[in-house]
Amino acid sequence: MNLAEHGGGRRGVLNWLLGLSGGGVLASIVYPMVRYLAPPDVPEAAALSVNAGSAQALTPNSARVVPFGARPAIVIRTAGGELRAFSATCTHLDCTVQYRPDLHRIWCACHNGEYDLNGRNVAGPPPRPLDPYDVDVAGDEITITRRS
Amino acid sequence: MKAWLEERLPLSGVIAMLRHKRVPHHRYSVWYYFGGMTLFLFLIQVGTGALLLLYYRPSAAEAYESVQFIVSRVPFGWLVRSIHAWSANLMVASAFAHLFSVLFLHAYRRPRELTWMSGVVLLLLTLGFGFTGYLLPWNEVSFFATRVGTDIAATVPLAGDALVRFLRGGDEVTGATLTRLFGFHVAILPAVATVLVAFHLLLVQGHGMSVPPSVEAQDASDPAAVRSIPFLPHFLLRDLFAWTAVLAVLAALATLYPWELGAKADPFAPAPAGIRPEWYFLWAFETLKHVPPTVAGVNGELVAVAVMGAGAGVALLLPLLAGSSARARAAVVWAGAAALLFMSAMTALALRTVTP
Repeated sequence: MNLAEHGGGRRGVLNWLLGLSGGGVLASIVYPMVRYLAPPDVPEAAALSVNAGSAQALTPNSARVVPFGARPAIVIRTAGGELRAFSATCTHLDCTVQYRPDLHRIWCACHNGEYDLNGRNVAGPPPRPLDPYDVDVAGDEITITRRS
Repeated sequence: MKAWLEERLPLSGVIAMLRHKRVPHHRYSVWYYFGGMTLFLFLIQVGTGALLLLYYRPSAAEAYESVQFIVSRVPFGWLVRSIHAWSANLMVASAFAHLFSVLFLHAYRRPRELTWMSGVVLLLLTLGFGFTGYLLPWNEVSFFATRVGTDIAATVPLAGDALVRFLRGGDEVTGATLTRLFGFHVAILPAVATVLVAFHLLLVQGHGMSVPPSVEAQDASDPAAVRSIPFLPHFLLRDLFAWTAVLAVLAALATLYPWELGAKADPFAPAPAGIRPEWYFLWAFETLKHVPPTVAGVNGELVAVAVMGAGAGVALLLPLLAGSSARARAAVVWAGAAALLFMSAMTALALRTVTP
């Protein structure tokens, strides 16, 4: 009777232990690699409000894209002269939107998404409205603030 | 001298094998050359890629400038970069031609299932090379293409956000993304592709060329119709002819239409009007444009991504899913033709769409 053919008894236990330690070695190689591949969190000061440039320079029916922390924001002066600000990141697939004076709308060039001047997704594939920001003007300086 | 070498490097066996190797010759034989063509273009990519590495700098601050330096200051730098870019496009085209010809000629049948599956993975790797290499010049178009491409991964349920962070090296597309995709493009993908190409070629050599069922049936009824040509030198010379033709086309494209660099990426500028991806992603791009925000209450993107993922899964497992009957083969032809038609129609639509 050959124990190897049976796989039972002492040989079975030894094979099992060998497999276990082999698995342990493999896991101790794979685990650090997987963890290494996932980038660490780099803490950044979450911008609550940023300066968005001169109010005078922004003529009616035009817009400006400004950095808001790591992401872009868009400040629009409507044809009526009102200032509005939104996140400039399209809710569809992360492109940066722009203002279309001819349409009086916010437009994303990537997949032809459109938002109205309240940031609502009104045409094309975007699934959600743009996040609105508060706009304050002190002197000539526009300040936009994330709503809490 | 010859004996000394033979003792240490026993090549005579290989040469004898190649002398005996024969390749079937019939009216569809022309399609046999696309695999070799793809391999040739892959080798060109390895060579030109290695040259580009000598000057390229993979950081957001320097990448664009270093490519600008390559194309404007380095002698023949424009040529090397242009060949690398054009060859990438021809390689994708050649790989697709290879895939569809193998599909329509039913070369995926037993016992070549693993050859087909490794080939599908190699095609996906080729697209991966295209996607990761696209960002490296750090220009406006590639920046947004990468934002869109990586954001698509976010639609994957549960693992989506982790996947996006894995691809971007953070939450946003930044210099960290550039460095990471550079690593994929020049180290990880080439390593995996080289192993898979070796595996694929070993199987092709082991099984020999597949003869299409229609030719097989003809030959069975008329044994005199069985034709084949010797691999050495007939087939190899034809292969070399195809490679020379590809090289000529590549040289013409690279010199007459040097690949453009575009404007440097600005993370705080809007996506430029008329932006679109490379031709081989146009069909997916156009599809994403037409998918509504929600389909039957489910996120539209998720539906589109799930359908495309299922398509890739079916393509990968095709030899296991398709039966061996003539009816099953007809079904494969129809499915392949439908996929080809859909991709062509969507590409045509994307090409004719004028920015509003």
